[in-house]
Amino acid sequence: MASHAAPTAQSPPIPAGLSRDQLLEIYRYLRLTRTLEERLTALYRQSKVVGGLFRSLGQEAESVGSAYALERGSHRDLMSPLTRNLGSMLVMGAAPIQILRQYLARAESPTGGRDLNIHFGDLERGYLGQISHLGDMIPVMAGIALAFKLRREPRVGLVYIGDGGMSAGAFHEGINFAAARRVPLVVVGEYNHWAYSTPPRKQFAVEHLADRVKAYGIPAVSVDGNDVLAVYEATRFAVERARQGKGVHFIEVKTYRRKGHAEHDDQHYVPQHELEWWAKENDPIDRYVQRLLGSGWAEEQELKEIDERVRVEIDAAADACLGEPAPGPESALADVYGDPPAAERLWFRSV
Amino acid sequence: MAEVTYLEALRQGLWEEMERDERVFILGEDVGSYGGAFKVTEGFAKQFGEERVIDTPISEAAIVGAAAGAAHMGMRPVAEMQFIDFISCAYDMLTNYVATARYRAGLPTPMVVRGPCGGYVRGGPFHSQNVEAAFFHTPGLKIVYPATARDAKGLVKSAIRDDDPVIYLEHKWLYRRIKERLPEDEEILTPIGAARVAHEGNDLSVVTYGATLWKSLEAAEQLDKDGVSVEVLDLRTLLPLDDAAIMRSVKKTNKLLIVHEDTRTGGLAGEIAARVNEQAFEWLDGPIMRVTAHDVPLPYAPTLEDFVLPQTGDIVKAARWLAAY
Ligand SMILES: Cc1ncc(C[n+]2csc(CCOP(=O)(O)OP(=O)(O)O)c2C)c(N)n1
Ligand SMILES: [Mg+2]
Repeated sequence: MASHAAPTAQSPPIPAGLSRDQLLEIYRYLRLTRTLEERLTALYRQSKVVGGLFRSLGQEAESVGSAYALERGSHRDLMSPLTRNLGSMLVMGAAPIQILRQYLARAESPTGGRDLNIHFGDLERGYLGQISHLGDMIPVMAGIALAFKLRREPRVGLVYIGDGGMSAGAFHEGINFAAARRVPLVVVGEYNHWAYSTPPRKQFAVEHLADRVKAYGIPAVSVDGNDVLAVYEATRFAVERARQGKGVHFIEVKTYRRKGHAEHDDQHYVPQHELEWWAKENDPIDRYVQRLLGSGWAEEQELKEIDERVRVEIDAAADACLGEPAPGPESALADVYGDPPAAERLWFRSV
Repeated sequence: MAEVTYLEALRQGLWEEMERDERVFILGEDVGSYGGAFKVTEGFAKQFGEERVIDTPISEAAIVGAAAGAAHMGMRPVAEMQFIDFISCAYDMLTNYVATARYRAGLPTPMVVRGPCGGYVRGGPFHSQNVEAAFFHTPGLKIVYPATARDAKGLVKSAIRDDDPVIYLEHKWLYRRIKERLPEDEEILTPIGAARVAHEGNDLSVVTYGATLWKSLEAAEQLDKDGVSVEVLDLRTLLPLDDAAIMRSVKKTNKLLIVHEDTRTGGLAGEIAARVNEQAFEWLDGPIMRVTAHDVPLPYAPTLEDFVLPQTGDIVKAARWLAAY
């Protein structure tokens, strides 16, 4: 990475043991997430996206900051995202073209067109594909962390849950199981103020998600989810603690869902002034840019170059993806079981 | 007579019952001020108040369990699953608690659990499911599955008035696709447990329900042109099955094709075939055949979904084969 701006003597020290290159890498992931979603939105409006489109606008920092705290690479930490954790997937090494292929249901998509949006995993790169049923990934990740513990591998699991999803029974069973077994798991609770149209006050009777989780006997902290470095730092602490065998840790990230539940939702139930405030005063990327520039950790020109490289990368990925074929119909029959390898073709298709 | 969609008819049914009986209330995710993910309850919170149209946490087991408790106390709850796929989170509550309440404890549990089901909408594996077979095996539950606007209204009203728990499956592909003129001055109540002949014919019976009713009717029309006369029976209620209507049709046409959108193995067609075998074997002039989805989770890509789900062309081919048998 070209670095023509070295921090000056007056620059405050970079927090959390990060290097300047890492700061710029974090910036790249934030920008990549937002730009990719903007491209997906354009494709959605052109009816190129087959199903719905879920945005993480305004929440990019909590995804990127938390995933960035994991050890990445083959046989390292493992995380399980939700639909709004595109940033986490990109940090773990998912390529933009894979995301595009999923949304556009192409043959070469990671699921071969079987599942939608960012519902896919890559255990080599360290992420496990989610299902839609909220809460279900918590027990599964508890089991993954249990396997790490039983095998004495120095690996950690990380799983996300929303302010709505935390009402699901599976969440509570899973986190309690993990806490009781003291497995190396970090749970990130996303307080983004909405679960579809439902606000937190209809979802639970406590003020903070962390308040509920303390009763499981594990540490639970709340952090500013739109401060990427704060999220990174809190997650880093939790991950290292888990790696040392000290068990489960819960991090609540306070943020705001600035788009509707999905693109079809006009979010008429959201107070306009709230949206404006979060967009103007608390955009996680704007805040990070101000911090990078204001602290002298980066120069504007460097960030512009990153923006441009991201744009070129996504343009190329989108162009390539649009030219790709849909999956062949009969590929639907494969892989239901390992043996037999394909489901039976039904009789009426051959008469 | 005003023309209404399937969705509007369902809305009307719910609305009329809310007006008629103050014991009726609705609970579910985003059903209140938002009016539900598909807008089935739009305007209800405004009209009936937030105490009768309750936005719940994302807790299907609690939604169903709380509905059961309220039903024991004489209320008439209607619980919405945002997508019927999420009813699996309440499977324990429904099959263990709700379904057995009358039998084991003499407890009436008059409640409805309803939600959008079905495919053909590119919803992928978790927003397209058909769940009837999972509950069909549970004595104590009733299952209704309207295919027409009239029955969308008539069955929801009957389900609310029924003294036992009813699972009401509404097909999201039909929501805005199906329109029908419904009388405004007549109370529409579709009896639970009664199938309906949707198209008369002599050569072959097609027994079906839900979205595949429309595909079967389309097929019947095409086959008519070839001189094959198909009778189409819309089951409307799946549990209890209307054996008499099925046997009547089989005895008339002597051939049976069962069509459902759900996967084949363990699907309802197997049970229907067994009953016909038991009750009308000597009337059959050919094997009982099924047109169903392939035995795979429902995939997202249009090419895959279209291949996995039964299509009109499949019904035409299968019916022609059976007619010639
Ligand atoms: C068990 C279950 N019930 C219902 C749904 C439907 N659903 C999908 S997302 C959603 C809201 C989720 O809110 P939250 O957990 O806060 O996540 P956010 O959308 O804010 O990221 C609902 C109700 C689901 N996916 N799973
Ligand atoms: Mg939320």
